[in-house]
Amino acid sequence: MNVELIGIRKTFGPVTANDNIHLRILSGTIQGILGENGAGKSTLMKVLSGFIQADQGLILLDGKEVKIHSPADAIHYGVGMLHQDPLDFPPMKVIENFIAGSPGKIIPNAKEVIARFNELQRQFDFTLDPQAHVDRLTVGERQQLEILRLLWLGAQVLILDEPTTGISALQKLKLFETLRKLAAQGKTIIFVSHKLEDVEQLCHRVAVLRRGQLVGEATPPYRIDELVQMMFGKVVSFGGRESYKPGEMALELKDVSIEDYRMRIGPVSLQARKREVIGLAGMEGSGQLLFLRACTGLIRPTAGRMLVNGKDLTGKGYHTFLKNGVVYMPASRMEEGLVPGCSLMEHFVLARDQGGFFVDWEGAQKIAQEQIAGYNIHGRPDSTVESLSGGNQQRTLLALMRTPASLILMEHPTRGLDIESTLYIWSLLKERCSNQGSAILFISSDLDEILQYSDRILVFFAGRVSPPLDAASTTVDQLGQLIGGRGWDAF
Amino acid sequence: MSLETILTGLAGVLAAAAPVIFAAIGETLTERSGVINLSANGKILLAAMAGFAVAVSTNNLLLGCLAGMLIGSLVAAVVAFSSITLRQSQVAVGFVLALMCRDLAYFLGNPYMGLSGPRIPSLPIPILGDLPVIGVIFFRQDILTYLSYILIFAAWIWIFKTRPGLMLQGVGERPAAAFVRGANVNRMRYIYTLVGGALIGLAGPTYSLSVKAGWKGTISGLDGIGWIALAITIFGGWNPLRAAFGAYLFALLQWLGLVLQPSLPGIPSQVLQVAPFPLMILTLLLVNIGNTEWVERVLASLPESARHAIARLIRSLRASPPASLGTPFEQE
Repeated sequence: MNVELIGIRKTFGPVTANDNIHLRILSGTIQGILGENGAGKSTLMKVLSGFIQADQGLILLDGKEVKIHSPADAIHYGVGMLHQDPLDFPPMKVIENFIAGSPGKIIPNAKEVIARFNELQRQFDFTLDPQAHVDRLTVGERQQLEILRLLWLGAQVLILDEPTTGISALQKLKLFETLRKLAAQGKTIIFVSHKLEDVEQLCHRVAVLRRGQLVGEATPPYRIDELVQMMFGKVVSFGGRESYKPGEMALELKDVSIEDYRMRIGPVSLQARKREVIGLAGMEGSGQLLFLRACTGLIRPTAGRMLVNGKDLTGKGYHTFLKNGVVYMPASRMEEGLVPGCSLMEHFVLARDQGGFFVDWEGAQKIAQEQIAGYNIHGRPDSTVESLSGGNQQRTLLALMRTPASLILMEHPTRGLDIESTLYIWSLLKERCSNQGSAILFISSDLDEILQYSDRILVFFAGRVSPPLDAASTTVDQLGQLIGGRGWDAF
Repeated sequence: MSLETILTGLAGVLAAAAPVIFAAIGETLTERSGVINLSANGKILLAAMAGFAVAVSTNNLLLGCLAGMLIGSLVAAVVAFSSITLRQSQVAVGFVLALMCRDLAYFLGNPYMGLSGPRIPSLPIPILGDLPVIGVIFFRQDILTYLSYILIFAAWIWIFKTRPGLMLQGVGERPAAAFVRGANVNRMRYIYTLVGGALIGLAGPTYSLSVKAGWKGTISGLDGIGWIALAITIFGGWNPLRAAFGAYLFALLQWLGLVLQPSLPGIPSQVLQVAPFPLMILTLLLVNIGNTEWVERVLASLPESARHAIARLIRSLRASPPASLGTPFEQE
């Protein structure tokens, strides 16, 4: 289905999110939409998928003008959108998610639908269990479910919003393969992303948005520096990797085993020294999260000993670890890291014990202002944390972090952030490493991030843990194979 | 105790559970859509009084029942309007309504205190009612009790087996996702709140025209039933079958309290009267115990085969509230 957007304009109060955007996408193409956070990509896609209505402009599908009033309307016209956080019902079964919202008899014929579902997923080599509960699936699998569902409902145009965030490298390969197959069938794929490498690998055409405007289009072979310049208006470059000067022991694990009722990890032995960065790679749910949480004292290991700064903390709780300089940043910023509804200033009051019964608001205001300036947070002391963008929330979390920290443990430190924020977050972290001598352990599903910033890498696969690999001599290919479960015999 | 006493006693338990089932399933439907209606307790009293008053005045039992359902829907409409349209706190509104309706029932019900009124006759089902044991327990009831049997299964099938039911689960779980699938979230919430309210309202006349026929003001013994129904909804994991189990358990415990009294003279009668409440909570807690972390830890130490079976049992019993319960839906 050919999609044509003509003169789309959308404002939110004083902000112009989309400014007179013209875009033509032909059937059978994979169109990339590139831009940093806040460039207006999501707004444009929400207009096309019926979530919001444009103030001005036309949408043409196969040359015919359509008015799309709701997402249900959009799917009726054949336009389906896959959201970054798949809009499904986690406690319900895969097949129930598949059925909900589909037209048909009041009591659906489960057998028939399951047969149809399996037939559809076989086309793409998906192996979802129709009876599994969605909350047990990885983000990648939930995406697969949504793609199948949208196709079943007759989607001819598939919009994917940042689909490679939070899925494993292998699932990404599969997703790309699926999208190519769909494009070959004549479907129109719109791929929204801020990841240059993904767009470069996949897209037949790319349109770049900046500050609500369409600044240009490109076709392969792409010149990355050109795309970056269109996205940011200026060129940012990744810094070269530096070699670290290892200090004393920050964390030492001796034959540590961790278990929950699904998985058994270890025994693992590891020595993390000050100023060292260790990346934890693996498909989601391979044990890296359990491992990281054990290092924070949130989960008790079943065997082995754990030493922080040479002190034996085996079996101690989170608060003891915290007192000994172990800080932890969870992946879900709003749920586990910050308090929605509280302002930045209130967060700083909560994080820093001022002493005394009453809160010193003037002092708090000053601290908040210092931290906001120091960490380059776009917000005021009285801004609530949920009003901040993802990058600013992450900076806030960093600013809240206790100093000095001898060990920093992080899940997905830059998930969902644009390139500039990512670079900034890492420059802050690197600073901590070199100035305060912190050691960092971080989980990431972004292999480039792991290779770029780690000194050593641990790979997790179904509870197995690789010996520490030297990041400088490891390639993406090697890492990808290990994550996928190949090449483990060498250890 | 003769066999016959036990059988009629059990039949009485089924009848006594009927209003609790109406209320708990009404609340289940409401909460499944994401709305908490805390007004049940006062609503049941008001509906009981109104149902009795209408039945006495018109000498028409059907009108009495309909009056109770209408009261239930009207009060639910207040909850729905203030929470869905005005986006006010559902808990605060429901709570205030619960207190207000109760006092309103006592006040307005004064003229009907102690009057003798019509009572819904029992309607033994031919053939089935003549079966030994089963017939006496299940099939010599009145029409409302039969209705409660049907409602349990109908509600279960509706929620878990039909397309609209899946969407109902979705609306309570993640309204944004239901919206994307074409649901009109706020309209569905209105409908389920009103229907649920009518069912809760029906619990009133079921008492005043059948289970505890008549209206006796503050000594009617109905105060508290609504709260029990709310608790059963929660412990029942928003599942009609499990809610019904809770209702039957409650009625059974109350009956045991009565019949055991003469044979246990050492125990003060108050203890037996109150016992059903803590016993109820204890049983339902046991059913839901799989949600706790220490259970998982104990499980991890068991041998593989036993762990698997128990883990599956616990998972099937586990229930968490509809994720959007109590939060208004805002479309972008």
